[in-house]
Amino acid sequence: MADRNIQGAGIRIKNLYKIFGKRPSAYVDAVKKGMSKTELNEQHGHVLGLRDINIDMPAGCIQVVMGLSGSGKSTLIRHINRLIDPTAGEVIVDQADVCKMNQNDLRQFRRHKTAMVFQKFALLPHRTVLDNTVYGLEIQGLSREKQEEQARRWIGRVGLKGFEDHYPNQLSGGMQQRVGLARALTNDAPILLMDEAFSALDPLIRMDMQSVLLDLQKEIKKTVVFITHDLDEALRLGDRIAILRDGEVVQQGTGQDIVLKPADEYISSFVKEVNRGRVIMVDTIATQSGAPSATGGVTVKTGTILEEAAKTMTDANQQYATVIDDNGKPTGVISMNNLIQAMVTPISHLTSKAAAE
Amino acid sequence: MDWFYSFPNMNDDTLRNLKKAMDEGFKAFTRQYGDVIESFFQPLQYFLIQAERFMTTTPWPVMIVLIGGIAWIASRNWKIVGGTILTLLLIGYFDMWSDAMKTIAMIFVGTVVSIVVGIPIGIVMARSDGFQRMVNPILDVMQTMPSFVYLIPVVMLLGIGKVPGLIAVVIYAIPPMIRLTNLGIRLVDKDVLEAADAFGSSSWQRLRNVQIPLALPTIMAGINQTIMMALAMVVIASMIGVQGLGQPVLRSVNGQFFSLGLFNGLAIVGIAIIFDRVSQAYGKRLQKHQEVVHG
Ligand SMILES: Nc1ncnc2c1ncn2[C@@H]1O[C@H](COP(=O)(O)OP(=O)(O)OP(=O)(O)O)[C@@H](O)[C@H]1O
Ligand SMILES: [Mg+2]
Repeated sequence: MADRNIQGAGIRIKNLYKIFGKRPSAYVDAVKKGMSKTELNEQHGHVLGLRDINIDMPAGCIQVVMGLSGSGKSTLIRHINRLIDPTAGEVIVDQADVCKMNQNDLRQFRRHKTAMVFQKFALLPHRTVLDNTVYGLEIQGLSREKQEEQARRWIGRVGLKGFEDHYPNQLSGGMQQRVGLARALTNDAPILLMDEAFSALDPLIRMDMQSVLLDLQKEIKKTVVFITHDLDEALRLGDRIAILRDGEVVQQGTGQDIVLKPADEYISSFVKEVNRGRVIMVDTIATQSGAPSATGGVTVKTGTILEEAAKTMTDANQQYATVIDDNGKPTGVISMNNLIQAMVTPISHLTSKAAAE
Repeated sequence: MDWFYSFPNMNDDTLRNLKKAMDEGFKAFTRQYGDVIESFFQPLQYFLIQAERFMTTTPWPVMIVLIGGIAWIASRNWKIVGGTILTLLLIGYFDMWSDAMKTIAMIFVGTVVSIVVGIPIGIVMARSDGFQRMVNPILDVMQTMPSFVYLIPVVMLLGIGKVPGLIAVVIYAIPPMIRLTNLGIRLVDKDVLEAADAFGSSSWQRLRNVQIPLALPTIMAGINQTIMMALAMVVIASMIGVQGLGQPVLRSVNGQFFSLGLFNGLAIVGIAIIFDRVSQAYGKRLQKHQEVVHG
């Protein structure tokens, strides 16, 4: 993976707190000392949006944020382009603290560095699909020809060719969401903020849009912050996943980390239903012992997911396979038996703890 | 117990002196600044005279085609155009053409002034709660104060004539313009505004691309209200020398000419209906994108 094509900028969120209400700053210290969300709400009538968020999003990666309704996902993503001002903490993009920018710098930052897809679409109802899609470029002051060229390309890519002159209210929810998507992609910004950007799409189009995003990431690596409720989507897209509950990060790491070592019951319940064969890699179940000679020459590379390994092995009609690293050196052996076991047994956070000990 | 049955009012002399001082103060102000203020309104006078000249000197068939054409462009509705032309023909047939044209000129200028002054005030009001708190009571006074009361200082300053009449019309007709502009902008969907912000709109871009277009239907309702209120002032304005359909109405009150009053009154109603239907149809057409066609 060459890093030359990284377009995105790294985002670091440090000690971020957000309290909603009349006098948020008065309660920051109490919250820092451990006042709970319910306590704050019942005793002081303030809502705790986010508590002590620390997330490092490396440039060029897709960072997924998950969590139940009301856990603060939208609040968090809005801090990155400062649609919401934090009560305390920092959001650092490219060495600059977004929270300290003046109005003009902030405007330039939003114009050239970020693009956003909104949970509720937020299209301009009086503008056609085309005129909605060009909005970001229009604000930047590009010539109309350039605007349209980009916009038409993305309208086509999200499957709305032919609808350029329709108004948003003439489109279905899923189509409107794709207009929002085209609008953000047309902006071609290094940071893409996507708040449940695919939630209104049917499964087929959803897969297609996920591919659009992944293809785009292959060409130019943007830094993408992606909010979703769907763990399969999170695992497919996310280089890293952070899970929020009641405004706090309860676990963050790669998809593997989260599926294999859920930090608590909340997360276990999240990952229980996931298609494990598509997440877990052969490395995690490979053993040093066993009978390499019995593998019949079947090899799988490290980093292969279980589903693919299983297919390779069944195609070769073998019970064992050797795991090899990038240089072709064997690093371990897997058996069909423990492969299937790993695919069907959900690991509760208790058993994973036991395994770690 | 005397004070209990008759209100312990201000001493008669003090009251008289107070009124006298106020009157004299205002008179002095008039003497001092009357000319300056009059020259300030000079352009308005020019605008009014030109509008009136255009309306009254253009031959009537041309005028009917013109007004019918405007009605068509605004409403795209044959019924409205037909009604407009029929009303104009009736007005002409009953010998009220030139008065009607003068009134329309007056309403036109009054509405333009209300829009030009009212919309910016409404915009500032929508942006600042403090300004809103300040302007609202002023608008309340403008709408509820009997118009005769503010005619007095206007006439003292500017005398009898078209311009003071126009000012009276504008004072009465501008509040809905301001209020509905303010309301329309405040009601703009927060999500859409947020999207505009997220793409880095400046506050001017936000106003031009989002707030004004989305507030436009409400602003149009304000313009419609303003026109109606301006028409309602026609008779009162005629008391201070504004020509048009109001004059004959006034004469018929003094001379008890029932039919004269009725005809001119109906002509005012007819013009009001034309303005109302045309401007409403235009407003509706602006909202075409809000009709729910799907989902
Ligand atoms: N402007 C606000 N004023 C007060 N409370 C707010 C405000 N915005 C959000 N909240 C609160 O912050 C919490 C998090 O809201 P947020 O919209 O971030 O949730 P979410 O994770 O995006 O949920 P969903 O999945 O339903 O979109 C909620 O408890 C909500 O009530
Ligand atoms: Mg949300």
